[in-house]
Amino acid sequence: MRKISLDKLDLLFSEIAKSAKLYLPVDTDNGAKYDVWEDGKKLSDALNTVRSAKDFFFPQTENLMDFKMSGKNIEIIDTRSECEDFVVFGVRACDVKSFEILDRVFLADPVDTFYKNRREHGVIISMACNKPAETCFCKTFGIDASEPCGDIATWKTDDALFLDAKTEKGEKLLSALEKITEAAKDADAEPQKALIKERLARLPLAELETSAFGNGKTNELFNAPEWKDLSESCLGCGTCTFVCPTCQCYDIKDFNTGNGVKRFRCWDSCMYSEFTRMAHGNNRLSQLERFRQRFMHKLVYYPTNNDGLFSCVGCGRCINKCPINMNIVKVMKKLGGKKNG
Amino acid sequence: MQEITRDVLVNKASELMSAGTVDRVLGWMRGEFDYDITPAVFSTEEELKNNFVWNDFCGANFSKYLIRETQKSENKVLVFLKPCDTYSFNQLLTEHRFDREKVYAVGIPCNGMVDMTEIKKANEAIKAIEESGDSIVVKTLYDGDVTLDRADVLLERCKNCKSKKHVAYDELIGDDGEIIESARFDEVAKLEKMTADERYAFWQNELSRCIRCNACRDICPACTCEKCVFDNPNSGVENKAPADSFEEKMFHIIRAFHVAGRCTDCGECSRVCPQGIPLHLLNRKFISDINEFYGEYQAGSEVGNRAPIVNYTTEDLEPGEAVGRGGIDA
Repeated sequence: MRKISLDKLDLLFSEIAKSAKLYLPVDTDNGAKYDVWEDGKKLSDALNTVRSAKDFFFPQTENLMDFKMSGKNIEIIDTRSECEDFVVFGVRACDVKSFEILDRVFLADPVDTFYKNRREHGVIISMACNKPAETCFCKTFGIDASEPCGDIATWKTDDALFLDAKTEKGEKLLSALEKITEAAKDADAEPQKALIKERLARLPLAELETSAFGNGKTNELFNAPEWKDLSESCLGCGTCTFVCPTCQCYDIKDFNTGNGVKRFRCWDSCMYSEFTRMAHGNNRLSQLERFRQRFMHKLVYYPTNNDGLFSCVGCGRCINKCPINMNIVKVMKKLGGKKNG
Repeated sequence: MQEITRDVLVNKASELMSAGTVDRVLGWMRGEFDYDITPAVFSTEEELKNNFVWNDFCGANFSKYLIRETQKSENKVLVFLKPCDTYSFNQLLTEHRFDREKVYAVGIPCNGMVDMTEIKKANEAIKAIEESGDSIVVKTLYDGDVTLDRADVLLERCKNCKSKKHVAYDELIGDDGEIIESARFDEVAKLEKMTADERYAFWQNELSRCIRCNACRDICPACTCEKCVFDNPNSGVENKAPADSFEEKMFHIIRAFHVAGRCTDCGECSRVCPQGIPLHLLNRKFISDINEFYGEYQAGSEVGNRAPIVNYTTEDLEPGEAVGRGGIDA
């Protein structure tokens, strides 16, 4: 464990930025967002960024390849640009967990080399949540916001930042920072962790639980009458899916440039009427079906295929951003039996 | 806080249900917290009693929901309409988008709705919110109670409320208000004063945040196409993400043109934008131009209005005249 006093944060950032591009949450008029650190940029105090950290590894649009036509020849050009190391500072425990969920999708056979490439180039410095909000429910999914994962975990107290390497990558970076940080005992960060733990236990959604969901619950939940009321006022927009750190669906499209084709992928949303449309028509014709798909995927299908791991991390972004205030918490409470009632 | 209480509305709805006037109610349903209110269809008095809510966070405009709701049944549905909602209501009727006979509309007064995004900018971790007169008391989990001036945290559209008058209803609760001389075009005037480059930079900055979630379109009471051109793979313009800065702007510009003359300035687009883009300014620019070129016009002020831009007269402005207004710097 290392520590650095808070008034030296700029020094820490400039030191990290010497070897890699450093991203951190900064305040804007419209909430916090990840931005490239440069002299003068201040770390946001906001609990979380409006958009999730998945953008670093799975950006909203990404060029996959170019096809260039000249006469009868077609040249295939690899357009990937993500070849520099980067560091993301201040990632919350929920978002760090989302990388594990995305990894199981993109790094499973066949490996998505675009995603893998970005993952390999990224170093994650997480930060414990001093002030978890009423919309937080990471605990429901086994995440401890007082002990975030990542390559390096950090804890911010009133006057210092504690840093603890969790992986080889993290150790390498932290040792490079040895001359500006000082040694600290694990126990020094304990009071902060204890404070956070106590706060997490008292959150309004602390009791939300998952026993009604998970592996093998498909038949029980698929035709539940509750879906009708839950989906009744859903607009079918993609806000929840796009602010969600774990939604990972995408579409691949070709853009005709006149003398070639740019093949790119972009986020897609199961809430959209055109989602995964195939030759036979449309697999989900009503908003009820689309709405159900999103929540069944997070709470039943994904865990069924991934050793019981749920694909929600309880970050609360959908609670804050849904235009009609429908979200996974309301779904879980309505379908989750007496315990969640 | 609001002038009338939740109980008045629940009683009214129960009364209309037991009299058989309506068999369901479009209203605001209580959420997990004081502010996360969901539009819902209530079909029993029990549901109304338990879950109906009316407070400073009932921003949702139900007019568009009437399209879907009136197709579900032959019976009447009760809808509560705030003054601004009644303009959308009329505009939808003008466009024959729902059957007026299947709706019982109750106009309710509104003191303006509070913008939760604005409150959360300065206050995170909120335990409860209490409304008292002109104040909002935000009870936080860690930083005690914070008292805010209600007027400071109203939705933009409510800070610049254009009308306390209901232009459509079957029945009104409370006294009707007046049309207000609001400052809603001030921001438009500021944009008009910019040079073309400044204005381009302004919109570039705002629209670059767009994530193409389509929430603005999906909530918009003027966007009622059965199939939006941007969702149609055969249209050639379908795009699920703003792949470049052109596409990012194209969606919003086309949408603004499409609703020009039909947009009532209800402000739902900006209210729901997860990225805080002031989309209403695009529409207001159109409204302001229509007012200037063709005389004052308010979409939805009455059913059957012919919008100036679909109503040719020989006095209409020649397109070339727009060039001389200073709007184009070249």
